[in-house]
This record gives sequence, C-alpha cells and structure tokens, in this order.
Amino acid sequence: MAVLAVSKLRKVYGGEEVVAGVSFAIAPGECFGLLGPNGAGKTTTLRLCLGLIEPDGGSVELMQRPVPGEARPARVRVGVVPQMDNLDPDFTVEENLLVYGRYFKIPERSIRERIPRLLEFAGLAARAASSIQTLSGGMKRRLTLARALINDPDLIFMDEPTTGLDPQARHLIWERLKQLLAQGKTIVLTTHFMEEAERLCARLAIMDRGRFITEGSPRELIARHIEPHVVEVHGDEVVEWTDEARGLATRVERSGDTAFCYAADPAQLLASLSRRALRYLHRPADLEDVFLKLTGRELRD
Amino acid sequence: MKAYALPSMSLRFVPVWRRNLLVWRKLAGASILGNLADPLIYVLGLGYGLGSMLPQVGGVPYIAFLAAGMVCSSTMNAATFEAMYSAFSRMHVQRTWDAIMNAPLDLDDVVLAELAWAASKSVLSGAAILAVVWLLGLSHSLLSLWVLALVPLVGLVFGALALVVTAMARSYDFFTYYFTLVITPMNLLCGVFFPVEQLPAAFQAIAAFLPLTHAVAIARPLLLGQIPPDAVLHALVLLAYAAAGFYAATVLFRRRLLK
Repeated sequence: MAVLAVSKLRKVYGGEEVVAGVSFAIAPGECFGLLGPNGAGKTTTLRLCLGLIEPDGGSVELMQRPVPGEARPARVRVGVVPQMDNLDPDFTVEENLLVYGRYFKIPERSIRERIPRLLEFAGLAARAASSIQTLSGGMKRRLTLARALINDPDLIFMDEPTTGLDPQARHLIWERLKQLLAQGKTIVLTTHFMEEAERLCARLAIMDRGRFITEGSPRELIARHIEPHVVEVHGDEVVEWTDEARGLATRVERSGDTAFCYAADPAQLLASLSRRALRYLHRPADLEDVFLKLTGRELRD
Repeated sequence: MKAYALPSMSLRFVPVWRRNLLVWRKLAGASILGNLADPLIYVLGLGYGLGSMLPQVGGVPYIAFLAAGMVCSSTMNAATFEAMYSAFSRMHVQRTWDAIMNAPLDLDDVVLAELAWAASKSVLSGAAILAVVWLLGLSHSLLSLWVLALVPLVGLVFGALALVVTAMARSYDFFTYYFTLVITPMNLLCGVFFPVEQLPAAFQAIAAFLPLTHAVAIARPLLLGQIPPDAVLHALVLLAYAAAGFYAATVLFRRRLLK
C-alpha cells in the first residue's frame, strides 16, 4: 500500500503550468528522489503532496487519505524538513522541539522523553539549552531534521536537505538519513545534488518544466540515457579538437573551454588525446551527465 | 478549502497561542515596559498637566475622564501592534506559520491563534492601565470591574482589524498607512481625550461608526460608577467588528498563502 500516491497532478500559476500532470507512487520504506533544476516544480509538488495548496487538477493520497481534503490528519504521520530554515529564533534548541511537539498534540511527558534521543540523533545533545542564533548552518539543519521527527513520522519530506552545507555537515545528514531508512521510514527528497540522489535514493525522477522526464533507479537512468564513458577535456585547444572528437565519440558537448565526450568505447578518443597536450579526465558516466543531457546546460534562475 | 468558507473554529489554536506565550515570557521585560509606560505617561502627563488647567470634563476631573479613554486606547494599540508587526514577522520574516502548517494544523488555526494572542496581550495592557486607575483612586465603583470583560472584546476587535491589514501587507512600511489613516484618527475622534460632543457634527457622525467610540461609551460610565446607556448595543457593534474583521482576515490570508 502506497504511503503517497499522486495522479495527474496539475498546478497553474499565472497561466503557466508549474506542475503539469505528474503521477507517481511511493511504497513504505522507499527513498524517492525528486531531481530537477531550479523552478522545475519540485517544491510546488511537495506542497501539493502535503495539502498546503489546492491543485488545479489530479489527485493526491497521503497516508491513504485524500489531500488536501484530509491533509491535516494525514500530516499526523508525516515529518517535513523545509528548504528554508524556519526554526523559532527566540527559543532554545530544546524549546523548539517541545513547542513543535505540542502542535501534534503529543502529551508533554512523551515530548520531553523524546527530546534527548532526538538531540542525540542530531548530534546536538550538548546544545539543548543553546539559543538558535548560536548554531551553525549544519546544526540548524540537523535540528530541523530532529524537529521533523518529533512525531515519529512514517514518511519524511525533505526539500533540499543539504543545500548550503559544507561537506562534513552534508555527510552527517546523509548518514542520518540512511539510519532513518534502516529504521523503515519512507523518505521523499528533492535535491539538485546528484551525489545525494545517487547515495540515498533507490528510485528517482528527474523533473523539468513541471513534468517528470524520466524515472528509475540511478543505475537504470544512467544505462538508459547515457553512454557509459565520459571523457572531459580541458584547455585552449579544445575548440579545434572538438571537431576531431565529434567523429570519435557518440556525443560531444562543449561548455566554454571544456568538452564533454560521451562514448560506448573511449579507446579512439583516448588515442587522439594522447597525441595532444590537452588535460583530460576519463570517468564513468554518472547521474549528473544524465541530468545535464535531459535538462540542458543553460542556466535556470 | 474554499477561500470564502467561514473560519473553522477549533481548539487546535491553543498550542500556537502557547508558543507565543513562551516567546513573550522570554521577552516580557521590554514588552511590559512598552505596553505600560506609554499609556501611563499619557494618563499622568495629560491627566495632571492638562487636567490642572481644565475645569471638570464631562462632570469629572480630567484625569478620571482621560483614564477611561486610555484603557480602551491602550488596549487598541496593544492588539494592533501585536496583530500587525509581530504577526507579520511570524508569517513573513521568520516563516513560523509555514513550520506550523507542516504539522497537523492549518491556516485557519494559525489565524485564530494570532487573533486570540493579540487579544490576550491587549488584555494585559488594558488591565494594567485599569490597575493604575484603581491605585490612583480614579475609580471607586465596583462597576469598574466590568471593564475587565470589555477589554478582551476590544482586543478582539482591533486584533481582527489589524490582521486584515497584515494579510495585505508586503512589508512593515505598509502598517504606517493604517496607523496614520485609521488608528490616529480613531484616537482623536472617539472620545479618548475629549468628549465626542466637542467635535463638529460631521466628525461626530464619523465617530459614531468607529469601534473605539463604542468601547469608550461602555468603559467611561463603568469607571465613573454608572451603568452605561445602550451597553448591549455598543457591545453588539464591537462584536460585529470583531466577527467581520476576523472573517475578512481569514479570507485574505487564505488567498495570500494557500494559492
């Protein structure tokens, strides 16, 4: 039984379809990733799933309840880590959890019992009495994650959980999310870090202009959409070499003074490069290559 | 949810109200000073200073006359400030409302909590002025205890009206319009500082429609030991303002935030 089932979901803002007929279902215990460039419709999709806004078409069932009609009771079993920090700046770390627990009508005693465990989980045990202003960005994110767990949710929505964090903080969050998955929680996360999606998500969808343009496991997507070998070539001579490369690779994309060559067999490319003084990197294709192929290289703001 | 549906009234607002109470308890010093000092300075400064030059106003010493007005006016100001500046920063700047609405609460619960909280804070303000009135011996009647019942209603009225403004505000600057165009004229037209009867007929006619007039019309006789004439009528006008303001605010917030 799906914990989240979305069918033909649509949302229009000012004549533009921000979400344009999206369908997916998420099974218990799954980690589902929603990838896409800025403005692809990821956050709007999450807000629709939570019943925070009214769809213009389609349907959402969250925890087997129709949303937005029964969104409030459905959210009893759901945790949310929003993209923008909205911790209470006037409260301590502990008070943030206490006050949030009350919104779920959890008895005061149970909340107080849960707080030390959650702070332990978030690596904030020593900071219970600290004020929010003294926390680093990574600590705030971890506290937001702890806050989302105050009701012991079955399903956790995370909107870009590691955006703006340094690598240490990011790895800690990933490690915690894996623990939650090991406990059997279901996670829906949006991200534009391919590494994050590859590490955490068993299944993901790439979204662009309000639509899912592909869906599957990270490996499937790479196998389906892209040649297995990538040779990245850097240097001033790249421009002239590109013409030669086009005959040797299945696909060549140039971005400034870097050429990305995609090939099933890179032998000829490498041979050509060995005769020149170009710097290059030969690596297996990854999710980022799929992402850029499907959504293009131009900027999205 | 339809934007124009009646607000859903539920006790779910209580944890949100308690959140605001906890913040207030942490910052109470500055808050109490701000809510009390200002109206007190008015009562004492104008009451004794200006009052010493005046014969009796409305048959009583000016300070006793003014005190009744100030109870209502400071209640109005406290509710207005809370439902505008503080509510706006919770909604727009701190995104506290967003966090709350990710829990099993919805916008109607949040708006009701804001109204209840603005009214609660204003009660504190109004009751504090009332306590000063008693301490200074400006009111001797037990009837003045009824003012304690009036103050929450006044808080609801002005909390609700201010929430309407907040629902339309894009930044803090917007609130200046409301203060300049509504709150200040209300303070001057509604019998806080001088009897409404002193105004030209046209202004009296306007004042008759303003909610603060009706609050003062109940509070002043009570503090002077009289049963207010038409008290029920005045109370109904206040109730109508509170209900209409709350409904309008809820609709406007839905249209702003649930799109």
